[in-house]
Amino acid sequence: MSTLSSRLFPMPFHSALLLVVWLMLNNTLSLGHIILGCVLGFLIPLLCEPLRVKQATIKKPLKAVSYVFVVLKDIIVANIEVALLVVGPMHKIQPGFIAVPLDLTGTLPITVLASTVTMTPGTVSADISTDQKWLYIHVLNMPKDEQEVIDLIKQRYEARVKEIFGC
Amino acid sequence: MLETTVIIVAVMLCIALVLNLWRLIIGPHVVDRILALDTMYINSIALILIYGIYNKTPLYFEAALLIAMLGFVSSVAFGKYLLRGDIIE
Amino acid sequence: MSFIMELVISALLILGGIFVLVGSIGLLRLQDLYVRLHAPTKATTLGLGGVLIGSMLYVFASQGTISINELLITLFLVITAPVTAHILAKVAMHHRVKLLERTKNQALIERARMQQAPNASAEDIKD
Repeated sequence: MSTLSSRLFPMPFHSALLLVVWLMLNNTLSLGHIILGCVLGFLIPLLCEPLRVKQATIKKPLKAVSYVFVVLKDIIVANIEVALLVVGPMHKIQPGFIAVPLDLTGTLPITVLASTVTMTPGTVSADISTDQKWLYIHVLNMPKDEQEVIDLIKQRYEARVKEIFGC
Repeated sequence: MLETTVIIVAVMLCIALVLNLWRLIIGPHVVDRILALDTMYINSIALILIYGIYNKTPLYFEAALLIAMLGFVSSVAFGKYLLRGDIIE
Repeated sequence: MSFIMELVISALLILGGIFVLVGSIGLLRLQDLYVRLHAPTKATTLGLGGVLIGSMLYVFASQGTISINELLITLFLVITAPVTAHILAKVAMHHRVKLLERTKNQALIERARMQQAPNASAEDIKD
């Protein structure tokens, strides 16, 4: 029985997500759209299943929700900091590159971390080494001690991402 | 009050678009130009939403969503082309 | 529409407008490409988020329906803005775009360009 249902719904999470996004896109809760969304949520995963690449799954959804709020708060703080730097004097800005050693494994957790780093205070992720152990980051305003930035990224974001994906 | 606010915000967005256009023209490297174009896409989404509020109609959201998608795909395609000399590998 | 609602919507719209404007000023004023990447990815995305939430509240206040479409646009932009920034930074490294003299750790760029670990030996780096 479980094999049949897993064959019919190879990606249950994606099916639910497709239904929700379809309803959001049409901005309605009418019966017709719910049925159409269910059909789409059933058919698209069936067609896309062979293309799937195995990714790490979220182990702790509650931690993921709290992570989203932490990042949202940081985005707002980051913007005010960047806005002040941008309208201030240009010669005070001291840019620089750093390389952060990664403890994470898997492409999805690293992508989440790199995107978070880009959205938060004065850092843009630039590249990653082919062995996926180093993340190169451009820092807008480098403090005297480079280790400060690396520690912030590792403790504030990487530790949480590691906990969410359990890897 | 809202009408005045909408006009003020629209003027701000237009100034922002002109600044982006300036960067698009002078941008020393082609990557600067792509960045300016990407920012122009995002600013025009905001301008379309403001226009929707000004005309009191929610009809413009689809247009905004389409521009968001096209902007992202075109910026990535430009980047990919510059990186590899080819878009689809 | 009540006065308080109008005030909230106006505040959100103005804040959004200010952030978008700051992003564009940053794009024009900042001195090299890598530094310039910071302004549009952060400020403009937040600014657009403010405008979108303002417009969502406006539809809710004037027509009584909650419009979720704007939330979808915000979500889409928050997901895609870092990807664009990452690709543009990669392109800039690939083309060896000039950067500010005072940038720290310039040696790391060559390592990142070849996607190697920062402590890789010098022989590995040449093309």
